[in-house]
Amino acid sequence: MILRFLKLEWKQFFRSSYWQKSMALNMLMGFFAIYFLVSFLALGFGIIPILKEFSPDVDPLQKLNSLLIFWFLGDLIFRYLMQKLPMMNIKPLLILPIKKTILVHYVLGKSVVSFFNFLPLFAFIPISIMLLREDYSTIGVLGWLAAMISLTLFNNFINFLINKNNIAFTSIAFILITLITIQYFGVYDITPFFGHLFDSLIKTPLLAIVPLVLAISTYFLNFKDLKNKVYLDDAISKKIKEANTVDLSWADKLGDVSIFIKNDIRLIWRNKRTKTVFFMSFLFLFYGLLFFTQDTYNNMPTFLVFVCIFITGGFTLNYGQFIPAWDSSHYKMLMSQNIRYRKFLESKWVLMVVMTIILYFLSIPYIYFGVDKFLIITAGAIFNIGFNSLFLLYAGSFNRKRIDLNKSGFSNMQGTSATQFLIIIPIMGIPTILFFIFSKLIGFNAGVIAIAITGLIGILFKNYFMNLIEKKYLQDKYATIHAFDQK
Amino acid sequence: MIQSINISKKYGQAEVLNIESLDIPKGQSFGLVGNNGAGKTTYFNILLDLIRPTTGEIINNNVVVNKSEDWKTFTGSFIDESFLIDYLTPEEYFYFIGELRGMNTADIDTFLQQFDEFFNSEIIGKKKYLRDLSKGNQKKAGIVAALIGNPEVVILDEPFANLDPTTQIRLKQIIKELTENREITVLISSHDLTHVTEVCERIVVLEKGEIVKDIKTSAETLKELESHFAV
Repeated sequence: MILRFLKLEWKQFFRSSYWQKSMALNMLMGFFAIYFLVSFLALGFGIIPILKEFSPDVDPLQKLNSLLIFWFLGDLIFRYLMQKLPMMNIKPLLILPIKKTILVHYVLGKSVVSFFNFLPLFAFIPISIMLLREDYSTIGVLGWLAAMISLTLFNNFINFLINKNNIAFTSIAFILITLITIQYFGVYDITPFFGHLFDSLIKTPLLAIVPLVLAISTYFLNFKDLKNKVYLDDAISKKIKEANTVDLSWADKLGDVSIFIKNDIRLIWRNKRTKTVFFMSFLFLFYGLLFFTQDTYNNMPTFLVFVCIFITGGFTLNYGQFIPAWDSSHYKMLMSQNIRYRKFLESKWVLMVVMTIILYFLSIPYIYFGVDKFLIITAGAIFNIGFNSLFLLYAGSFNRKRIDLNKSGFSNMQGTSATQFLIIIPIMGIPTILFFIFSKLIGFNAGVIAIAITGLIGILFKNYFMNLIEKKYLQDKYATIHAFDQK
Repeated sequence: MIQSINISKKYGQAEVLNIESLDIPKGQSFGLVGNNGAGKTTYFNILLDLIRPTTGEIINNNVVVNKSEDWKTFTGSFIDESFLIDYLTPEEYFYFIGELRGMNTADIDTFLQQFDEFFNSEIIGKKKYLRDLSKGNQKKAGIVAALIGNPEVVILDEPFANLDPTTQIRLKQIIKELTENREITVLISSHDLTHVTEVCERIVVLEKGEIVKDIKTSAETLKELESHFAV
C-alpha cells in the first residue's frame, strides 16, 4: 500500500504543472531554491563561530539555546500562514477500497516530508557538525539534534491542529511579540528559562524523548480529529467564503472607465494572487529604510534612484507587468462584449497612477533622511506615472501566459515569461542612466530633473502613446485569446 | 441575418471546419448538432471573432465580424464558464454586462425578474461568487447574461448540458419565447438530440467540420437524427 502511495506521490510531483514551465524559469526557480538552502547552510555553519565572536565569555551553545524559542515561535507563524494539510489529495481515493485510517495516516505522513520540515534540517545538521568540532559530547549533540527535529515536527502537527483558527494564531503572534518586546526593552530576560531547558539536553540527552513524545502525541491528536472527518462536507471540502459585496458606486465619478475600475478593485480584493500583489506594493515602501540607513549607499546616489523607483512603484511594477493576464480567465468574454478596448486599458492606467500617488504620499516621511532623497523619490514617482505605467501597458501586449487568480501569490511565478525579465531593463535602466549622465555632467539636481522630465513627457503625450498601445493590443487579440485558453 | 461564406479553419494540416455556405435568416431558431470535434464550438468562436478563419468570412447582420466590431452591440453569447468573471457574484456580473450594454442597475433588476422561475432562487442573493456556484448554476447565470440588452442574435453553446430537468424545460420555454416574434435569431449547439429538435426549427449536422445534413425540423427529424448518429 505504502509503495502505491509513494508511486502516486512521485507522479504527482513530476507531472505537476509546476514543471511544465520553460527551461529558463525552472532554472531561475532552481536558483532560488539553492539560494535558500545555501543561506540556511551558511547560517548553520556560521552561527556558532559568530556567537563566539560576539560574546566570547558565554558558551555559544547556551547562547543559541536561549534564542531557540524565538525560532520555533517564528516557525509556527510562518507555517500558519503558508502550510496547509493536503486533504484534497485523498479525494479520488475515498471511493476506492482503502481504509479511512490509512488515508489519514497517509496525509499526515506526507506532511512530514515537506519543505517546511526539511529546511530547518539544513540549519540544524550543520550546527550539530560544528558543535561536534567544538568538542561537545557526541551523544549530547545527537540528543540535541533529535530534540530539534522532534520540535520541528511538533510544530508541524500543532499547526494543523490550530489550522486556520484565528484566535490561536493571534495568541501565538501576541506571545511572540510580547516576548520580543520585553526582551528588547530589557523588562525581563526570559531567554535563560528556555535556554536552560535546551541546555539540559546536552547534559542528559535522554531528555530528547520529551519533545519526541510531544510530536507523537500531536500526531495522534491530529489523527483522532481527522479520522471522523474524512467526509466531503467536512475536512475534504473547499472552504467557501461568503461573498462580501461592497458598494463601489463612488467609483462612478471616474467617468466611463469606472465600470472597469470597479471590476479591477474586485479582482484585486477577491483573489489570492492579486491581494498579495496589493500588499506587496506597500512593503516596497519600506525598501528605502534598508538603504537610506546605510552610509555605503548614501554616497551612491545613482543606486538610490533604483531604490526610489521601487518605493512608489511597488504597485505599478507588480500589477502592471501582468496586464492583461489578470483578466486571462475571462478574456474571451471581454472580447465578445461591446467594450472599447481603450477604456479597458485606460482603467488599468488610472489604477496604477492612483496607487502611485497614494504610495507617494505615504513616502513623505522619507524627508527625514534628507530632502535630496525625497527629491529623487518625487522624480521617481513622476517617472512611474509618466513612463513606467504606459510602458508596462505596452509590454503587457506581449504577455501570453495565463494566470490562475486563485493560486496563492507567494513565490508564484505563473504568468512569468521572458517579457517580465526584459521589461526591467528600461524601467530601471532608463532613470538610472539618465541620472548618472546628468548628475556627472551638470549636478545632482540636473539628474533629478532629467528623470522627472522624462516622466512628464509621458504624461503630456499620454493620448498619443495610448493610441499606439491600443492598436498593438487589437492587433494581437487572437494570439492573446489563444494563449490565455491554454491551461 | 448571418451569412457564412467559404468558412474554413485549419490547424497545420488538419482541417477542423469547412463550411462552403450557410445562411441563417432573421428570427430563426437554429440548431447545430455533431459529435465531439465536429467543429461546433469552432464555428461559434469564429462567429464571435474569437478565432480567425483560415479562409472566408461570416457576416452578422451586414457586419463582417472580423472587420468591424459593431456586431457586438446586438449579439449576446455564452460559450462556457470561461465567459464568466468568476470572482464576481452573479448580480455583479449581470450589472457589469448591463453597464457595458447601457443598462443601469435598476434596468437589470427589472430584467432579472422575468427569470425568477428559471433561477429557482439559486442565483440571486446567495452571497456566493460565481466560482463557488455549481456547474449548472454557473450555466444559468451565463445564459441569462447572454440575454441582457435585447440582443438580436443569441449564441449558446451546449446550453442544456449540466442543467437539471426542470431548468432544461424552462430554458426550452425561454428559447421558444425569444424566437416567437421572429425578431431574435437564436443559435444553439447540443449533444442532446431531443432538446434541439424540440426548440429548433432548423437543424444542421456537422461531421468532421463539414455540413452533412441541413434539416427543417418536422415530426420525423428526431428519428432521422437518431439513425444518423447510431453507428
